[in-house]
Amino acid sequence: MRAAASDTALPESALPAPRAESPWRRFAAEFAESRLALFGFALLALLVAVALAAPFISPQNPYDLAQLDVLDSKLAPGEPSSSTAKPYWLGTDDQGRDMLSAIFYGLRISLAVGVASTVIALAIGLVLGLTAAYFGGWIDAAIMRVADIQLSFPAILIALILLAILGQGVGKIIAALVTVQWAYYARTVRSSALVERQKEYIEAAQVLALSQPRIVLRHLLPNCLPPLIVVATVQVAHAISLEATLSFLGLGLPITEPSLGLLIANGFQYLLSGKYWISFYPGVALLATIVSINLVADQLRDVLNPRLKR
Amino acid sequence: MLAFTIRRLGQSVFVLAVMSLLVFAGVYAIGNPLELLVNPQADEVERLRAAAALGLDKPIVEQYAAFVANAFSGDLGRSFVYNVPAIRLILDKLPATLELAAAAMVLAITLGIPLGLIAGLRPHSWIGRTIMAGSIVGFSLPTFWVGLVLIMVFSVQLGWLPPNGRGETVLLAGIPVSFLTLDGLRHLAMPALNLALFKLSLLVRLTRAGTREALMQDYVKFARAKGLGPGRVIGVHVLKNILIPIVTVIGLELGSVIAFAIVTESIFAWPGSGKLLIDSINQLDRPVIVAYLMVTVTIFIVINFAVDLLYSFLDPRVRLGGAAAH
Amino acid sequence: MLRMFRIAAIFILALAAPFASAKEREVAIGLQAAITSIDPHYHNLSPNNSLLLHIYEPLINRDPNGKLVPALATSWRAVDDLTWEFKLRRNVKFHDGTPFSAEDVVATYKRVPNVPNSPSSMATFVKPIVETRVVDPYTIVFKTATPHVLLPSDLASVYIIPKAVAEKATTEDFNSGKAAIGTGPYKFAEYVPNQRVVLTANYGYWGGEEPWDKVTFKILSNPAARVAALLSGDVQMIETVPTSDIARLSQDKDFALASKVTNRVIYVHLNQWNDKTVPFVTAKDGKPLDRNPFKDARVRKALSMAINRDAIAERIMEKKSVPAGQLLPDSFYGTSRKLKPLKYDPEGAKKLLAEAGYPNGFALTIFGPNNRYINDDKIAQAIAQFYARAGIDAKVETMPSSVYFTRATKGEFGYMLLGWGTESNEQGSSLRSLLATHDPAHGMGVTNRARYSNPVLDKQITEALLTMDDKKREALIQTAAETAMGDTALIPIHYEVSTWATAKGFRYTARTDQYTLARDLRPVAR
Repeated sequence: MRAAASDTALPESALPAPRAESPWRRFAAEFAESRLALFGFALLALLVAVALAAPFISPQNPYDLAQLDVLDSKLAPGEPSSSTAKPYWLGTDDQGRDMLSAIFYGLRISLAVGVASTVIALAIGLVLGLTAAYFGGWIDAAIMRVADIQLSFPAILIALILLAILGQGVGKIIAALVTVQWAYYARTVRSSALVERQKEYIEAAQVLALSQPRIVLRHLLPNCLPPLIVVATVQVAHAISLEATLSFLGLGLPITEPSLGLLIANGFQYLLSGKYWISFYPGVALLATIVSINLVADQLRDVLNPRLKR
Repeated sequence: MLAFTIRRLGQSVFVLAVMSLLVFAGVYAIGNPLELLVNPQADEVERLRAAAALGLDKPIVEQYAAFVANAFSGDLGRSFVYNVPAIRLILDKLPATLELAAAAMVLAITLGIPLGLIAGLRPHSWIGRTIMAGSIVGFSLPTFWVGLVLIMVFSVQLGWLPPNGRGETVLLAGIPVSFLTLDGLRHLAMPALNLALFKLSLLVRLTRAGTREALMQDYVKFARAKGLGPGRVIGVHVLKNILIPIVTVIGLELGSVIAFAIVTESIFAWPGSGKLLIDSINQLDRPVIVAYLMVTVTIFIVINFAVDLLYSFLDPRVRLGGAAAH
Repeated sequence: MLRMFRIAAIFILALAAPFASAKEREVAIGLQAAITSIDPHYHNLSPNNSLLLHIYEPLINRDPNGKLVPALATSWRAVDDLTWEFKLRRNVKFHDGTPFSAEDVVATYKRVPNVPNSPSSMATFVKPIVETRVVDPYTIVFKTATPHVLLPSDLASVYIIPKAVAEKATTEDFNSGKAAIGTGPYKFAEYVPNQRVVLTANYGYWGGEEPWDKVTFKILSNPAARVAALLSGDVQMIETVPTSDIARLSQDKDFALASKVTNRVIYVHLNQWNDKTVPFVTAKDGKPLDRNPFKDARVRKALSMAINRDAIAERIMEKKSVPAGQLLPDSFYGTSRKLKPLKYDPEGAKKLLAEAGYPNGFALTIFGPNNRYINDDKIAQAIAQFYARAGIDAKVETMPSSVYFTRATKGEFGYMLLGWGTESNEQGSSLRSLLATHDPAHGMGVTNRARYSNPVLDKQITEALLTMDDKKREALIQTAAETAMGDTALIPIHYEVSTWATAKGFRYTARTDQYTLARDLRPVAR
């Protein structure tokens, strides 16, 4: 905060916030300008709430095999259980798992996997991409060649190796997704930073003899963010569906603790035979999650983007 | 420029070496290929014979040394499963994948950038909103799921398009291609769309974001104020400003589409190299995995090299050769 | 704009033109697994053996029920314990016109153990032969070092090629078609690895006319893609119908299903490598147990009783499995009528566990593959459900076979779900491979991943192996099977049923060896 005044000397990254209003209120007001974004926010809040409350609102614990009954398998939505006569509102899967409960619990895992892997990969990619672009030379070459190796290493092989070495689990799948994704961010960040690095305001900052970390963090970073946020919000969805794909290939989460993706992958086999509910409802839940994340992120990007100030 | 190229070449050799080492170690960590290759009914003598025949009886370090020695003479090994040179197996399958990847990228670029421009220029119109909403659906659903739904609708229900395989091919410069025949196009349509969907959505969103931002910039405002036609403003000033991130992402996606069209290829039984890779991984056919990744890492290096060159072409301010900024 | 639209519409219509319907005597078949070579002696792999049986033939073939029937040999007999005489078929020609005789058999058997780079050769099948004598062009005599009753069954797996080919051809010559010369009902036309194999009829076939002029086998590994290809008319038959689609296809009048119980049993091996410890089996609070519970026959029996095999067959397998009480279905050689699948009895299981010193049960992890056997991962989950009802805490961990089998062989799992197809169709060989004490040097217990060991059983198996008289030997194998199952040496779950689906106008005769043969696919009058 020491050099706050110098910000105005650097036009591209200026944040000309009027001091009268608190920045939070201003932010909220700008965010609320779009009704679509508000709807997205409400939907996301609801989904997160459902995910958090899953153990309390689910009719069944779908991860406890003792509560499942294979004799109730593949029941259509609304059909009653053979033993308790309680109806399964969204039907059951091939193990007799209540789809409604499975979706609540699956939402939890999918959100956790998607968000955690994206945030971690983004952080790693950001640091490495900025470093590569700003310092150039052999640092750039080293980081980018590692990224080349990473990008050409198929996710399946990484997942398989991690599975063989570490075994199955949510943490391991996040590790696999981070390994797969960081290079993607690193290259995206680097590309923006390469352009920004040459702009006048960076030169100005260098002339002002500002410290390097400060130049990178305060000036280079904010201007590299917009395309990155787009890629990142899409990649949350991509991470979730990549997890589904790995599950589809038998490399994902433990089969007894399905995520939305694993539910879709499992139900996929029943698409041609008309038992649509096993993959359709998880699909709807996944779609809703991703739509809401993107609506919120779109507006966030517009509000946070220093260059879009009117 | 020349120095830049030579340096990159040197780095590439190093990358290839690291890659092969990683694959060797990785496959070793996954499992023993003999467990999958040798018929379970076979006896111990047969197992030992197979291990010797495939060179799997030696310590892993020795196996790697043998691989490196052969690699220098251009031999990347023979497939455990097919007993043909791994590289030939891959090159036989690569044209089909390249064609699929190219078709998907063309689809994604020719639709994605214009749609993104429209959405960026008219962010609050119904058309802009529809495009954005559509693009979300495009990347939300897993590829395998969308692929099967496509088959269900267009092959099973409507009977319009064939559900699998590659159509009739003709030779173009010695390489078999299918996009020049009607039958080939009919086979290509669904897998290309399936593969393009995610890239398409990504490009729409990137282009829109870049366009909106460019419109706020002073030089575009100036250009408009000067009375330049909207076509020229968009064509020159807006597009130029948004191309760098887009080129990066296209480069990344092109690479991944070539290397890992695995899911699409297996759902549509497209006879490409992605399907070969997943089968080889499942069978632990190490020579093919190693050779395959050597090929893909080379492709990535070339693409990224091209992308880096494009940066400096698109924006002369980007200096290559990594002269540090201080 | 309108013009553009019109062009687009024409384009779409052109794309949408109905694709050429299959010609009268042509047929396309969707296969599950890749064919790795056209060389009949390169890779001993069931999909290869199945497909190559169209091009080449062995001396002895198997009928759809697995019974040995004459092929290139018209008859065979054991002259004494160590001598076999085969009479060969006359007037048989190879695809290139050369006549078939005993010299081709000799040359083929000589080639079999010497195929370079073979990942799994056929050497095992000809190895018992220590001496070959050609009596005349149509009589051949084999000598073995020890009595080897399974010789005819072994030779059913070895396909005969012409002498000239056997002496020179490489695996690549077969793949290119140059050396793909046999006596079979179809001739080689095209081989594209991992994609398709095309065959044309061999009109001079000794066995009479075949129903098809041209057969295209397409590799459609993804189950949904395979079903979609059938539904859309792209292929007329598919093998290994996924159980998820069985209900739908059996109700649809446009398709027919054919199924048959196979020689593959799905079973559980219980790790008995060590008396004290066993991996992934603990007390319910996670503390280690004081001894390996799987060493106790009562525990093994309890674990078997606690599985509801009928529910698995009904719910998981869509009735396409048969609950198992031994290693082969009842109709096969050496099976005992006394061995029935154990009744589902969770209370009885609890009682047995209490007797064995585990009144509160224990905790275990069920390991299984997820891409090897039909619904393997679902079976593992269902077993875990049943165990919960018998007071055992069960977790499930499934993984691709590339990871799974290496670890299973190393004894890293306590409770492992496995499968075994008995290619010889007689129970003696499966008992020997799976349950004899592990001694690979002598061919005993080669696949005994549990390291189960029972001297009484070992003696019974060895005795049966050396008995040439079919009746006596069958009785000995039955006794051995009763010993093994009485001790719950392994937990049999079910026998897989393989299923084919055909389009309207076609009928397939299902086979117990899971082979998909064009000759068994026939047109039916509409």
